[in-house]
Amino acid sequence: MNAISTTMPGPLALFADRLNGVAGAERHAALGALARTGLPSRRTEAWKYTALRALGTASFAAPAAGYDTARAQALLDHVLATHESLATLARVVLVNGTHAPELSHVPDTLQVGFFNQSPTFGVQAAPDRDPLVALNTALAEDGVMLSVAAGVKAGQVAVISLGLGGEQAMSYHPRHAISLGAGASLSVLSVHAGEGAYFHNPVTDIHVGESAELRHVTLQLEGVEAVSLGTVYADIAGHGVYDSFALGLGGALARHEVHARLAAPHALVHVNGAQRLGGRQVGDMTSVITHAASDCVSRQTVRNVLDGHARGVFQGKVLVERVAQKTDGYQMNQALLLSPDAEIDAKPELEIYADDVKCSHGATVGALDDDQLFYLRSRGVPEIQARQILIDAFLDEALALVTDETAQDICRAIMTERFGQKGGQA
Amino acid sequence: MSQFLEISGLKARIDADGQEKQILRGVDLSIPPGEVHAIMGPNGCGKSTLSYVLAGREDYEVTAGSVLFKGQDLLAMEPEERAAAGLFLAFQAPVELPGVNNANFLRTAVNAVRRARGQDELDAVAFLKLARTAAKELSMAPDMLKRNVNVGFSGGEKKRNEVLQMTMLEPSFAILDETDSGLDVDALRIVAEGVNRLRSPQFSALVITHHQKLLDYLVPDRIHVMAQGRIILSGGPELAREIDREGYTKFLAEAEAA
Repeated sequence: MNAISTTMPGPLALFADRLNGVAGAERHAALGALARTGLPSRRTEAWKYTALRALGTASFAAPAAGYDTARAQALLDHVLATHESLATLARVVLVNGTHAPELSHVPDTLQVGFFNQSPTFGVQAAPDRDPLVALNTALAEDGVMLSVAAGVKAGQVAVISLGLGGEQAMSYHPRHAISLGAGASLSVLSVHAGEGAYFHNPVTDIHVGESAELRHVTLQLEGVEAVSLGTVYADIAGHGVYDSFALGLGGALARHEVHARLAAPHALVHVNGAQRLGGRQVGDMTSVITHAASDCVSRQTVRNVLDGHARGVFQGKVLVERVAQKTDGYQMNQALLLSPDAEIDAKPELEIYADDVKCSHGATVGALDDDQLFYLRSRGVPEIQARQILIDAFLDEALALVTDETAQDICRAIMTERFGQKGGQA
Repeated sequence: MSQFLEISGLKARIDADGQEKQILRGVDLSIPPGEVHAIMGPNGCGKSTLSYVLAGREDYEVTAGSVLFKGQDLLAMEPEERAAAGLFLAFQAPVELPGVNNANFLRTAVNAVRRARGQDELDAVAFLKLARTAAKELSMAPDMLKRNVNVGFSGGEKKRNEVLQMTMLEPSFAILDETDSGLDVDALRIVAEGVNRLRSPQFSALVITHHQKLLDYLVPDRIHVMAQGRIILSGGPELAREIDREGYTKFLAEAEAA
C-alpha cells in the first residue's frame, strides 16, 4: 500500500526508491499523505507562482555516508570569512543534512541534541499539512535540536548547513527543532550554503515559551544550482517573541515558508525578509501568520530586488481568529525591479474573523527612481555607483529590521561581499 | 569670444504625455568668470528647464544650439562629468533619498568629484571636520548630517542642505534654481551668505528667482529676463527693482513689439 512508483508523473517519482523503503508510523503516515497528494504543482493554490520543475528529472539519491572533508572545510572557511564575528560564534555544522561534529563548535552552556539520536517529529509540522513537510518527515536523516531551559539566557548560535552537490542528483531533508522554556532567550543564525546541484528540504519546529524570546535570522546562501525549500513552524506562547528575518540570495529555486502561530495573549512575531536575485533565480517568501489569541502583534516587511530574469514571489497571509481581539498586524511587501524581464508576484491575504483589530497591509513595485538617480549623478556620483547606492538603501531599510546586532553586521557584510560597496559610503 | 560659460541658440523640448513640447526656443547667454547673473521670468518661461539641461537631465532633448563650459562641449558630458568639471545645480525641489545617510552621501559625492579632479580623497575624519564646519556656518542642526538625505527636512532645511553640498563640492559654476522659494527672511539671508562666501574670481553663478528679495542679499552683476524660452532683455542689478515694481507685462509687451 501507498507505494510510490518511479513511473508516476511529477517530481514525487524522483524519490520513489527512498520513499518505499521508509519505516516507522510517522514516516508511513507521511508516505500515505504524499501518495494521496503528490508534490505540489502550480494547480495547488499555495504553489501557484512557484513550480518545482527546477527539481529536474533525475532520481534523487540519499547523501553518501561520509563526505569530502577538504571540500566541506573550504566551504565552511569561506562562509566563516564573511565576518569576523561569525567565526567566533558557537556553531553546529551539518554537511548534506547530517551533523558534522568535527566542524562544529558548541559550548557546554547550550543543550544541543540531534534528530538521528532520538527522532521526534514535533507536533506542529503534521505531515498532512504540506507535501514538502511530508517529504521531509518521510526522509529526514538528522537535524539540530536546540533547547533552552526556563529562564536561561543562552546567547547566540549559528546552525550552518552545507550542501556538497556532485555528479548524481542528491537531496537531504534535515528536521530541526528549537524550544525555549518560559523566560528563556536565544539568538539563532541559520546559514544555508553549498555548491553544485542538490535539493535541501529542511523543516524547523519552533516553540517559544511564555515570555521567552527567540531571534532567528536565516541566511540563504545556497549554491547557484541548488533547490532549497524550507518550512518553519513557530508556536509562540503568551508574551513570547519570535523575531525572524530571512535574507535570500542563493539557489536556482528557493522558498522560505513560515507558519507562525500567536497562541496566547501578548505574543509578538516578526516575519521580515529581504531578497536580492538575478539571472534566472526564483525566490519565494511565503508565510502564514495566525493570530489565535487576543492582544498579539505581528509585523512583516519583505523587500525584493530583482535583476535579469529573476522572479520573486511573496505570499503573505494573516489570519485573525474570532478570539483574537485587539490584534495589531502590519504587512508590507516591496519590490525593486532592475530589469524589464524581472518579475514579482505578490499575494497578500488578510482573513479576519475578529471585529476589534488593527491590520494594515500594502505592496509596492517599481524601478529605480529617475529623479533620485539624477540627483546623485548631478553631485558627481558615477551612474553605476548611484544605482548601487539606491539599491543598497532600499534593502538597507529591511536589513535594519534585524534586531540582533551581530546578525545584522553579518548580513551587511554578506551584501558587501556579494554586491560591492555598501550604500552611501565612500 | 572665449567666455567661461557660453550658451548659443539653445533649443530644447520635452516629451510630455506623448506630446513634444518645445520649451527653450533659442537661448543665448554668456557668463564670464567671477560673475553672478540672475534670470527672472514668469512661470513656465523655461528657467528651470535651462537649469536641468545645463546639469544634464535626460528627459530633455536638445534640438539645436551649443553650450561651452570652460571651452568644453557641456552637452556631450554625463551629469557626473559636469559635476566633476565644476558645475553644480541647487535643485528647486531637492530629492529625498530614504535609507541614504546624509554624511555618507556627501562624502561619496565629494570624493567622487575629488577623484575625477585628480585630488586626494578625504578620509572620514577630515571630511567630517569640514562638513561640520560648513554646516555650522549655514546654521544647520548638527543632526542633519546623520539623517537620511532630505527625508523629513523642512523646506528651509532642504535648501540649506543644497548650499552645504555646493560648499563641499567646490564648484566653479553654480546654478541656483529658486533656492529662495519657501524660505523665510532669516533663512534667505543665511543661504545668500552661504553663496556669497563662495564668490571669487574663480566662481560664477546663475541665480534663478522670482523675487527681487534674494537679489538684495546676493547682488548680481547682470540680470536677464526670460520669456517663452528666450532671453528677451538683459541689464544691471537695477532691473530687478523695475520688475518688482512693474511686473513682467511691460517687458513682455516691449519684446513683442520689438
